[in-house]
Amino acid sequence: MAKGFVTITAERCKGCGFCVEFCPTHVLALSSAFNFKGYHPPYVQDAEKCSGCDLCGMYCPDFAIYGTRIKAAQKKGDNHAG
Amino acid sequence: MPADPKAVLTGVHFLNGDVACCEGALAAGARFAAGYPITPSTEIVERFASRAPEVGGVFIQMEDELAASIALQGAVWGGAKSFTVTSGPGFSLMMEHVGYAAMTETPCVFVDVQRGGPSTGLPTLPAQGDMMQARWGSHGDYEVIALCPNSPQECFDLTIKCFNWAEDYRNPVVLLMDECVGHMTEKVVIPPAEQIEVTPRHLTNKRPGDYLPFKPCDNMVPEMAHAGDGYRFHITGVTHDERGYLAVTSQAQDKLVRRLCDKIRNAAGQLALVEEEGTEDADVVVVSYGITSRVAERAIRMARERGLKVGKLRLITIWPFPEHHLRALARRVKTLVVPELNLGQMVYEVERVAGGLSRTIGVTHAGGGVHRPEDILAAIVEGAQ
Amino acid sequence: MSDNLILENAALQVEEALPESINPVEPFLRSDRIPHIWCPGCGIGTTVNCFARAVMDSKLDPNKIAVVSGIGCSGRVAGYLNLDSFHTTHGRAIPFATGLKLANPELTVVVYSGDGDLASIGGNHLIHAARRNLDIKVICVNNLIYAMTGGQSAATTPESCTTATSPYGTFEPTLNLPHLLEAAGATFIARWTTYHVMQLAKTMKEALLHKGFSFIEIISPCPTLFQRRNQMGDGLETMKFYKEHGKTKHGADTASLDLTKSGDIIIGKFVEKKDRPEYIDHMREYYTQKLGRPFEFQVKTC
Repeated sequence: MAKGFVTITAERCKGCGFCVEFCPTHVLALSSAFNFKGYHPPYVQDAEKCSGCDLCGMYCPDFAIYGTRIKAAQKKGDNHAG
Repeated sequence: MPADPKAVLTGVHFLNGDVACCEGALAAGARFAAGYPITPSTEIVERFASRAPEVGGVFIQMEDELAASIALQGAVWGGAKSFTVTSGPGFSLMMEHVGYAAMTETPCVFVDVQRGGPSTGLPTLPAQGDMMQARWGSHGDYEVIALCPNSPQECFDLTIKCFNWAEDYRNPVVLLMDECVGHMTEKVVIPPAEQIEVTPRHLTNKRPGDYLPFKPCDNMVPEMAHAGDGYRFHITGVTHDERGYLAVTSQAQDKLVRRLCDKIRNAAGQLALVEEEGTEDADVVVVSYGITSRVAERAIRMARERGLKVGKLRLITIWPFPEHHLRALARRVKTLVVPELNLGQMVYEVERVAGGLSRTIGVTHAGGGVHRPEDILAAIVEGAQ
Repeated sequence: MSDNLILENAALQVEEALPESINPVEPFLRSDRIPHIWCPGCGIGTTVNCFARAVMDSKLDPNKIAVVSGIGCSGRVAGYLNLDSFHTTHGRAIPFATGLKLANPELTVVVYSGDGDLASIGGNHLIHAARRNLDIKVICVNNLIYAMTGGQSAATTPESCTTATSPYGTFEPTLNLPHLLEAAGATFIARWTTYHVMQLAKTMKEALLHKGFSFIEIISPCPTLFQRRNQMGDGLETMKFYKEHGKTKHGADTASLDLTKSGDIIIGKFVEKKDRPEYIDHMREYYTQKLGRPFEFQVKTC
C-alpha cells in the first residue's frame, strides 16, 4: 500500500534525471515521451513503493516534481507555507 | 510636511559648506549615510557620524565607494532617506550605482564636492570638472537632477531640495559642490523645523498583490514600497516591465528607458532654478555656477562701472539644463560668457542651447584656484564689442 | 505505463481520492516565471528547494525576509523567489544588504549569489561584512566558474581546469572560501553540495536563525560549461560524484578545505560561534553607552 504519491509538472522538467536516480525506492523512470521542450520527463513506474518522502521534490532543480505523504496531506494545512 | 524638529539645528550659525550640507540632510529627514573618506567631502559624513546617532540615525563607513554607493540604496528600500558623499575619484567609482539608482528608480542623493582632476588631481583644491560626469558618467540613457550651491547657506537649502526632488521623481539627485564652497565658512540661518518643507516618500497604499513597483502614475513616476511591508516585490537593474520582471526586448527597453528620461525631461521647467539679474537690457550675460559665480559677481560689477550693460545668470540647477532661460537670453543678448573651473563643460550646453543666436565665450581654468575677476572681465569686454 | 503528456500518478490504487497537495516550494516561487533559465542538471534550483524548506522550518515570517542577489546564474534566484527581492549589481549584493539591514533591522536579509559574484568582484565586501559580523545570511552557490557569461575561470576554479578564459587549463591557486571567511570573522560557516539536500536545508535553517554573519557554500554542478569543458559528465554524474566524494567533517580546520578538480570535497558545518557580538546589537549597545541613554535604530523614517 503506497504511503505517498508523486505529482509531476511535465512542462517544467528538463530531464536531468536527479529524481529517478535519488528516489530511495526507485519509484520513477525517465519516460520515452517528450514534453513540449523536447525533454523526457519522469513517470511513475512503481507507485506502490512511494512513501511520499519528497526527496524527488528536494532534488528537482526545476520544481517539476514533488512527493506527498498521504496521511500528512489528509491532515491538511501542514504542507502549506507563506 | 514639516521637518522633524529633533534633527533641525534651528538658529543662526557660522558653518562651512560641508557641515551645512550635513545639517540640510538631517533636516530633510536623512537618517542613513554610507560613505568613504575623500577630501574635500569628508567633513560632511564626519558631521553625520557625530549627529546621526543623536537622532537614531546611522552612519557606516564602507570599505570603498562602490559599497557606499549601493549601501545607501539598500537603506532606501529598507525605509530610510539616505545619501553618500564623495569627490571626483570616488564619484567615478560610484557611477555604476548612479545608473542602478536611475534604472531602479531609487530616491537617493549623491553629494560630489569637486576637486582638481583628472585622477587624483588636486585633492585639496577646487575645480568644477565633474559637471558633465554628473550627467553622463554612467552608461546608457538616464537622467539625473543636479544642483549647484554657491554658499554654505545654499548647501543647507539645496540639500533639502535634493532630498525632496529625489522622492518626487524617484531618481538619484546629485549635489555638485566644489571644494571652495565646501570649505568656506559663512553665516547659515537654519529656520524652525515647521518652516522647512520636507517631501515624504510617496509610498503606495495599494494592497499587496495590486502594487507594481514600476507602474507609473500620471506624472510618470511609480509609487514606492519598502521591504518588509508585505508587498514581496522584485527590483532589478536589468531592463524590466512594470512588475520588475526581466523584459529583455527592445520594446521593453524603449518603454522603460524613455519613461525614465522623460519623467525628468518633462519636468525640466519646474526643476530649473536660476538666479537672474540685470539681463533685461544686457548686451552680455555671464552664465556661471558654484564658486565661480561669486567671482563673476565682481567681474560684472567691474564691467558695469565701465558702462557696459552686463547681466548675470547663475545656474542653480545644472541638470536638467535650464534650456528655457538660456534660449530666452540667447535671443536678445549679444554674447553669453561662461566662466568655469574646468577647460569647458557647461559652455557646450550653453552653446548648444543658444543655437548660434548669440555668441558664446568660455573662460576656462584648469582648477586649483578660482578665476581672477579680470579674466572674466576681459571676456565680457570682448563679448560687448 | 501510460506516456501521456501530463503524467499523473494514475495507477495508484487507493479507494479515496488523492488529497490536495502543493509543492512545498511553490508558495516561494514566482510561478509565472517558471520554467526558469537554468540549464538541465544545474544545481541552483535544488538549492532553492532547500531554501524554501529552511524558511518554512524556521517559522520566520516570509514577509520579513528579503533576498538580495548579484549578477550571474545564481544571482537570478532573487527574481524567481516570491519574497521582497533585489537583483543588484555584480559583486555588490552584500553592501546593498548591509544598507537594507541597517535601515530595518527586523528584516531577515539573505544574500543569494554565486562564487564569482561574491568572492571575486565582491570579495572585499564579503570580507568586511564578515568582519563586522553583520547579521546577514550569505548563500554562495559555488559552481567553480563564471557561468552566466559563458564559463570563464573564477577565483574558485580549481587548478588544471579548462574554462573559456583558461584554454590551456587554470594554473592559479584556487580560493578556499570557508578559510577566508573564518579569518575575516564570520560566525557561521558551512559547506554542502547540491547532493546533500537534507543537510543543506537543515543548515540553511540554522543560518536563518543564527545571529551574526552566516556563510553557506554550496558546491553545485554547471554541466553546460564547467563539467562539459572538463569532460566530467552531466549534472547527474556530477551529483553522483558529490555523493561519492563528499566527506562530512564537522568542525574541520578550514585551512584543509581546498577544492581540487576531482578530489574529495570536505563538507559540513565548520564554524558556529556565538561569542562575537553581532554588528547591529553591538552598535545599539555601544551608542547607548556612549550617549548615556537608550539608542534605538530610527533609520527607517518613511
